[in-house]
Amino acid sequence: MFGIPLNMLIFQLFTGLVLGMIFVLLAIGLSLIFGLLTVVNFAHGAFYMWGAYVALLCMGYFGNFWVGLIVVPLVTGAVGMAIEYLLVRRLYGLNPDYPLLLTFGISLTMIEATRILFGTTGHPFDAPAMLQHSVNFFNLFSFPLYRIFVIFVTAVIIFSLWLLLEKTNVGLIIRGGTRDSEMVRVLGIDISKIWLMVFGIGTGLAGLAGILAAPMRGVYPEMGIAMLVECFVVTVIGGMGSLKGAVVSGLLLGQVVSLTSLFMPEMSNIVIFIAMAVVLLIKPSGLFGISGLLE
Amino acid sequence: MKNLFQWISDHSVLMIILVLALIPFILPYEALATQMIIWGLLTLGYNILYGYTGLLSFGHAAYFGLGAYATGIVLIRTNCSLLAGIGAGVLVSCIGATVIGFFCLRRRGIYFALLTMAFAQMLYFTASIWESLTGGEPGLRNIPRPPLEIPGLVSINIYKPLRFYFFVWACVVVSLLILNRILESPFGKVLQGIRENEKRAKALGYNTNRIKWLSFILSGAFSGLAGALHTLYIHFVGLEQLYWETSGKILLMTLLGGPGTFFGPFIGAGVFLYLEDMISGFTRYWMIVLGPIFILCVLFFPQGIWGKVRDLADKNRGIPLERG
Repeated sequence: MFGIPLNMLIFQLFTGLVLGMIFVLLAIGLSLIFGLLTVVNFAHGAFYMWGAYVALLCMGYFGNFWVGLIVVPLVTGAVGMAIEYLLVRRLYGLNPDYPLLLTFGISLTMIEATRILFGTTGHPFDAPAMLQHSVNFFNLFSFPLYRIFVIFVTAVIIFSLWLLLEKTNVGLIIRGGTRDSEMVRVLGIDISKIWLMVFGIGTGLAGLAGILAAPMRGVYPEMGIAMLVECFVVTVIGGMGSLKGAVVSGLLLGQVVSLTSLFMPEMSNIVIFIAMAVVLLIKPSGLFGISGLLE
Repeated sequence: MKNLFQWISDHSVLMIILVLALIPFILPYEALATQMIIWGLLTLGYNILYGYTGLLSFGHAAYFGLGAYATGIVLIRTNCSLLAGIGAGVLVSCIGATVIGFFCLRRRGIYFALLTMAFAQMLYFTASIWESLTGGEPGLRNIPRPPLEIPGLVSINIYKPLRFYFFVWACVVVSLLILNRILESPFGKVLQGIRENEKRAKALGYNTNRIKWLSFILSGAFSGLAGALHTLYIHFVGLEQLYWETSGKILLMTLLGGPGTFFGPFIGAGVFLYLEDMISGFTRYWMIVLGPIFILCVLFFPQGIWGKVRDLADKNRGIPLERG
């Protein structure tokens, strides 16, 4: 196809899948937080970046990637919960622009703190030794084992989140709260605890995305910014507040970016914005969006 | 005190013009004053959209950058006059705002903010890969500085610190007069009506979408003028002018000064740049100070410095605080 060998095309499809999985991890957190708390978490990219840096610290202390994989989501989740409890909480019920501005300020502070503590330049980050080789598929193409591992981990997380949301009582409360949080409160449920938890889950997932992406995309203070904007595009296309939308449009955009960088490399940073403009023209509420939510 | 405040509010344009005429003599060096007035103009343009119409844009770097690049490119490639160069900057910003505004205004609220940011990033990436036009990463260099001339009459070299300051000042005076006229017109009142309650404005028969679009374009035009002047000032255009941090800076200045107030933009830009100048004397990581200031602003006084002053004055006069 277009003079590009089949094995390269398949390789690129896989790369797109990995990128899409990272998009999905971040977009789910954004979407959950937005759906329930109506907060656009502008600091989401900064949590993603902190995930990678906490992983770097874990590698330094324990010399072990697997410890990092457990510690990172816990740390970024805890920081997120602290920020929700101490700062974001004060702004509920006000103009939804304010939490957005607040988290923007938090993001600036987090990025600058990282620059001070770790320097402005990037840090190399190696995939764990046991995942460093490549897997050969039918002598057609080979793919790094680490990336397959990322696909696997993300799929497990998405599945567990789906179980949590659809099959448990907590999930029922979260879904109910997304529709009408006042009604949930009337039923005698302390929704502020759920808010705290969901903010923690979202930021924890962002941190997890950070450690998973670190061996592929490098670790530097601004790593979250481009990613955040791309995830905003994912949520706008998928429809904010919709889990299904986050998954479908995350995977879709992963492919779009990855295929564009194969056919027209110079356009790869721009193509998602074109995709967004097209979707907005055809279906303004996004693919799976609830129209009218916070507009 | 009460009467003083009333007098200042009634003669707001005159007050700004006078104060701006004085600051290059008060501040330690003229460069800071020039920065303040250019960023003040940019924030003024932004304030039309966020402060008066209530539309939170996260991508105003786009129009600042478009104006800056257009002026730079036109001055390099053609042998045109100074005013034509500035005109090109404003025109290109207008066109950019018209197109981007059309797409962004298809959504409201949060989505609008995210869309403006996405489009600004798109322009940023476009500028970074279109090296033949924009100079890419190193930026646009060696931009000529034509004199200010009226054909057959005079030709003035404005590129001396104080002269350039007053050239910008003259542009700001014109902008302020235009803006004041617009905000006092029925159209300006409808803008504020949309900010307060869009549904009601719609119910009264206004085509709110078109009015918001006009506000977007107007805001882009003033931001483009600021970009054009910035290019003439540093005779260089850098990629960072289109970067999201620039959009954040504009927003921060607006919040600091007081969104939706006439004095706010210049107070915000002035305080911000003075703080930046002061803090970067101690540390190059001045964002670590500014980030928390931003957070505190949002939490404790989202009405900004001038908004706070106005509220205090209103309280003294017994006017309820809800006034816009």
